[in-house]
Amino acid sequence: MKLKSMMIAAMAAAVALPASAIAETKVGMITTLSGGGAGLGIDVRDGFLLAIKQSGRDDIEVIVEDDQRKPDVAVQLADKMVQAEQVDVLTGIIWSNLAMAVVPSVTAQGKFYLSPNAGPSALAGQACHPNYFNVAWQNDNLHEAAGAYANSAGYGKSFILAPNYPAGQDALTGYKRFFEGELAGEIYTTLGQTDYAAEIAQIRASDADSVFFFLPGGMGIAFLKQYQDSGIDIPVVGPAFSFDQGILQAVGDAALGVVNTSQWSKDIDNPTNAAFVESFQAEYDRLPSLYASQGFDTANLLISALEKAEVSDADAFRDALRAAEFDSTRGDFEFGPNHHPIQTIYAREVIKEGDVFTNKLIGPALENHADAYAGDCQM
Amino acid sequence: MSFILLVEQVLNGLQFGIMLFLMAAGLTLIFGVMGLINLAHGSLYMIGAFAAAAVAGYTGSFVLALAAALAAAAIVGAVVELVVIRRLYDKDHLDQVLATFALILVFSEGTRWLFGSFPLFLDIPDYLSGPVTLPGGIQYPLYRLFLIVVGLLIAIGLGALITKTRIGIQIRAGENDREMIAALGIDISRLYTLVFALGAGLAGIAGALVGAIQSVQVGMGEPVLILAFVVIVIGGIGSMKGALIGAILVGLTDTLGGIFLPELLKLVTDPATATSIGSSLASMAIYILMGAILIWRPTGLFGARS
Repeated sequence: MKLKSMMIAAMAAAVALPASAIAETKVGMITTLSGGGAGLGIDVRDGFLLAIKQSGRDDIEVIVEDDQRKPDVAVQLADKMVQAEQVDVLTGIIWSNLAMAVVPSVTAQGKFYLSPNAGPSALAGQACHPNYFNVAWQNDNLHEAAGAYANSAGYGKSFILAPNYPAGQDALTGYKRFFEGELAGEIYTTLGQTDYAAEIAQIRASDADSVFFFLPGGMGIAFLKQYQDSGIDIPVVGPAFSFDQGILQAVGDAALGVVNTSQWSKDIDNPTNAAFVESFQAEYDRLPSLYASQGFDTANLLISALEKAEVSDADAFRDALRAAEFDSTRGDFEFGPNHHPIQTIYAREVIKEGDVFTNKLIGPALENHADAYAGDCQM
Repeated sequence: MSFILLVEQVLNGLQFGIMLFLMAAGLTLIFGVMGLINLAHGSLYMIGAFAAAAVAGYTGSFVLALAAALAAAAIVGAVVELVVIRRLYDKDHLDQVLATFALILVFSEGTRWLFGSFPLFLDIPDYLSGPVTLPGGIQYPLYRLFLIVVGLLIAIGLGALITKTRIGIQIRAGENDREMIAALGIDISRLYTLVFALGAGLAGIAGALVGAIQSVQVGMGEPVLILAFVVIVIGGIGSMKGALIGAILVGLTDTLGGIFLPELLKLVTDPATATSIGSSLASMAIYILMGAILIWRPTGLFGARS
């Protein structure tokens, strides 16, 4: 009986909600909120909603849906948002394979898509679209910066590994594009692999002076713990995806001192970033990750464009987005000709602040870096 | 490829196989005795790891964490058997698959609700961390040796339980003829709950042991579950000996295949292609093994002949 009345109350609330908010702009956010990769989607969502809340604008309605990290679910949600909800702008997708399934079709239907995370090479190059803006990075960027950092650290022989799927191949390609030394070994692991004993044995047997790995999420946690336990002391570099705030606590001491590359760090010195880190912590009681900063920047880009133009005036709105006149947590923010950021990518080091593992800025690894695919983009 | 590297990889394969055995043992026991396909077995593995991480975080003791993992998974297993699984024994396999799949969703989201979406921290205790030097100058992580020893001890214990004790006799009788042992006056439903809790406890302890070197997160059990199914199909469904041999075969094939296939292909093609094709082939290796064994012995290595 009690359950029934609760359900009725919940349904009544759900019916009442849309009527009370008089939204002029509808934003559809499709992101991963359940399953293995949920931490990333939750951070993007929380960063995005924080920026909307801070703007004080009640004419922006954000509809959040969970794609469960499944391309077919993401496509269904996108159809629902475009046709039934009639959203103006879509955003939120974390994974490149989901982005490839959704973005080309929604931009072809005249909607705007602002990517807070995934940046597959196709969407930066030949399949670029005037209504598609990437606020995070092109997929290769952080790996390219890792290669550049390895050069400056004086590494001459790297052992590199990544999962055998498109983003993994992009990662090794990106690293090799900038790394000037030779390779001691190159391994593709299985996607979702949790045991790296065999790979670690090969690293031990090689004559590498550095290890580069791209193993996002739980794969990176497993690799780092096992690598530390193996007693090998060859230095490790990687992109920020295995060292973000969400998973560092699970890696623990094994990550200490590891250098990783990121376009954002919580100690980038600018007033927007300081205010973001403080308000995020106050609102959600945890430190923000790079994903949260990307969600926050995406929302602020959207707000800055809405202040200049209505979404219905597509050309003016697009120009306003392209101008990117908002205060980014990364400092200066600028779009290249293919609507991907031209930005500085930093090297960070994992440190321990009190009881919390986090990252400290070392310095820029690549300054004002654009992606390698901009030349292929005709729009 | 040096001899030392080869020995290290064989040890890795063995360790992986023995951890798979702990999962497969419970799965095969439950299928053998109750005829039930339990997809939620991976969730019990996850529950073990989360219980261990929570207790280790609270008390700092790894031994207590392992005990908690065993207890939590066994208790959850027993409760699930009493509440849900019990209604499924006389249903066909499709209903069982649907119901236990629903349990996966319930456990995954329930765990997220309790512990949040971010992975938990569970680490190797200091006295088991770091590498040791084996005869021949092989550097090998102490914790992985510990896993091999603990896994083998559990396997021996299970073997003794099944061949030497009264419960074991009942379990074996239950595998052979369910109606008959019920007719002989053995409380079959108590036996079922016990077997389910035992299988769940084994999965839980595997989750805790492996969780210390991997990532403790929601959904960690499902990839292992698939491998455990491959193991019991290879070993013969319902056979404990088959589960042990199958698990070690799968562990060795997976580990050694990942190393040697790319190396072999490098003899005939350039390194980049060899790595890419080799690793794709390596991830198929255990399924090819399963296919080959099923052609040779359709009921698996130690499966009952029909």
